[in-house]
Amino acid sequence: MNASPNSHPFTTPVTGAVRIERIAFNAFRMATYSILVAATLIFGIIFVKGSETIFRREFPFINVTFLTGSPETLHVFEHDGQKHELGDKAFRAYLESHGNPQVADENYVYSAGGIFPCIVGTFFLVVGSMAIALFVGISAAVFLNEYSRGGPLVEMLRLAILNLAGVPSIVFGLFGFGLFVLFAPVFGPAPDPSHFSLSLGFTYLNFSGWGVSLLSGWFTLAFMVLPVVITASEEALKAVPKGFRDGSLALGATQWEAIRTNVLPYALPGILTSSILGIARVAGETAPIMFTAAYVVRDRLPWQVEHASEVLFQGVMALPYHIYVVSSKIPQNVYTERVQFGTAFVFLFLVLCIALSSVILRSRMRARYRW
Amino acid sequence: MIEVEHLDFFYGKAQALHGVSLKVQAKQVTAFIGPSGCGKSTLLRCFNRMNDLIEGTRIGGGSIRIQGVDIYDPSVDVIALRRQVGMVFQKSNPFPKSIYQNISYGLELQGVRDKSRLDAVVEKSLRGAALWDEVKDRLHTSALGLSGGQQQRLCIARAIAVEPAVILMDEPCSALDPIATSKVEELIQVLKKDFTIVIVTHSMQQAGRCSDRTAFFYLGKLIEMDATQKIFTKPAHQQTEDYITGRFG
Repeated sequence: MNASPNSHPFTTPVTGAVRIERIAFNAFRMATYSILVAATLIFGIIFVKGSETIFRREFPFINVTFLTGSPETLHVFEHDGQKHELGDKAFRAYLESHGNPQVADENYVYSAGGIFPCIVGTFFLVVGSMAIALFVGISAAVFLNEYSRGGPLVEMLRLAILNLAGVPSIVFGLFGFGLFVLFAPVFGPAPDPSHFSLSLGFTYLNFSGWGVSLLSGWFTLAFMVLPVVITASEEALKAVPKGFRDGSLALGATQWEAIRTNVLPYALPGILTSSILGIARVAGETAPIMFTAAYVVRDRLPWQVEHASEVLFQGVMALPYHIYVVSSKIPQNVYTERVQFGTAFVFLFLVLCIALSSVILRSRMRARYRW
Repeated sequence: MIEVEHLDFFYGKAQALHGVSLKVQAKQVTAFIGPSGCGKSTLLRCFNRMNDLIEGTRIGGGSIRIQGVDIYDPSVDVIALRRQVGMVFQKSNPFPKSIYQNISYGLELQGVRDKSRLDAVVEKSLRGAALWDEVKDRLHTSALGLSGGQQQRLCIARAIAVEPAVILMDEPCSALDPIATSKVEELIQVLKKDFTIVIVTHSMQQAGRCSDRTAFFYLGKLIEMDATQKIFTKPAHQQTEDYITGRFG
């Protein structure tokens, strides 16, 4: 028997290895926790500061003007011994009702009013570019996974996709600017003398570019997320058991019939899941749209156009670009902070909503097809 | 019904079948037996050209005629061929759709939209596969809710729904328990009245129980083919005897 009660055959002696083990364990743990800290800080600050702009103490508890109005210039001034902060329209109305007095006002652009055009613009950009990216991406994945039989060409395609994924977003922006904004073809009744133009017999194809427009933005963003969509779609297609294809083909289905009826429906939930990542990127990137689709300010909303054809050929305001503008182009102070954090808050919330709706769509589809 | 002449078949550079010649009689059950890798499944998958889907496969020589037509002739439409030569796979592969949709799938591919006709074919096929009484109350529930044996009979029902002339079965019972196996075997006996059946099996007993003629393959060659009873009682070759008595394989 041992004399000391703490001493038994399995006592751990504190050796160097044990000390290093503790240090290593704590280092790994701290590294992991730092992620939590960063996430909490980002979401916490934007939530706390943003809610001051978004929420109101009295009915209707939400700052309706901020969500439904257009950006205005904020005027800060003193009159009759009182301090006023008014948007452009209210400022002019105030002056008129007080006999147009001379006031010394400070003004800050975009800091009053709301961000409705940005919300709408981002929504349009996301829907259009994801539609293009999903169509092209799924088609490419079907070709690579179902039809292609390997070989150097396919290897080259895969390498191209991999490289596309590594291209910085600003390069996509410039690529989109060069190809879509300046060069892409438009139909015209007559040849455009200042650009290359092709006669199609009944009409002309003028390579005069699409301008800064939704269309240019859609294609630029679509090409940016294409690698994500293709890779996701291929993974999802691979997960569909081979037996479903064989079963279809053995019943006399053509390859496309087998894919359409017995491969794609089961792969779609997986494709959508991974495309959520793409949605967040499309909604969030500033660089690809700053040359191709985004306006600093635009009074008209996308549907306020004279001809339906103009819908595609107009630029829009967008949340990420608006955040960039209000945080780098106007002074930083207590008046401008509201629109900065408010916009960031709305932006995060919108991305969350889009992601959530994909998750719901996916779980509905999953419930239909299970194996 | 099916005539194979001097067939050589390759996976890339590896030759899987060496000069195989045999005849499959109509409305009989023909069993292909032999150890793993002997080429019996490969030959089966040549009959509906499912091997076309595997990269690098090719016919090196010889021919396969079904109902007198060389099925590897360029004029043959592989889709039409597969409607005439149905297949049941080793691993049962019902589609993750309803039982009804599984059966109607083949007809819908042919453009049949008439609801009453589809209903009739679904019932007829399920009765034909001895599954009707078990599933008639849940036709519109997922086929994946069925037991393994039921799933395999569903796959058989799916194959007969398009009324092929030939049904190929690639080890249809290898994943089934003995009771489910005996049900499928009974079914095969009923089906041979209407269909020509070729079955690949690893089970000597199964070949003995349900086939009329048996072909024994070894290392890509047809060793012998004869009436099943003869193969199992008086095989002409020593190798066949060794295999069926379990001395190798």
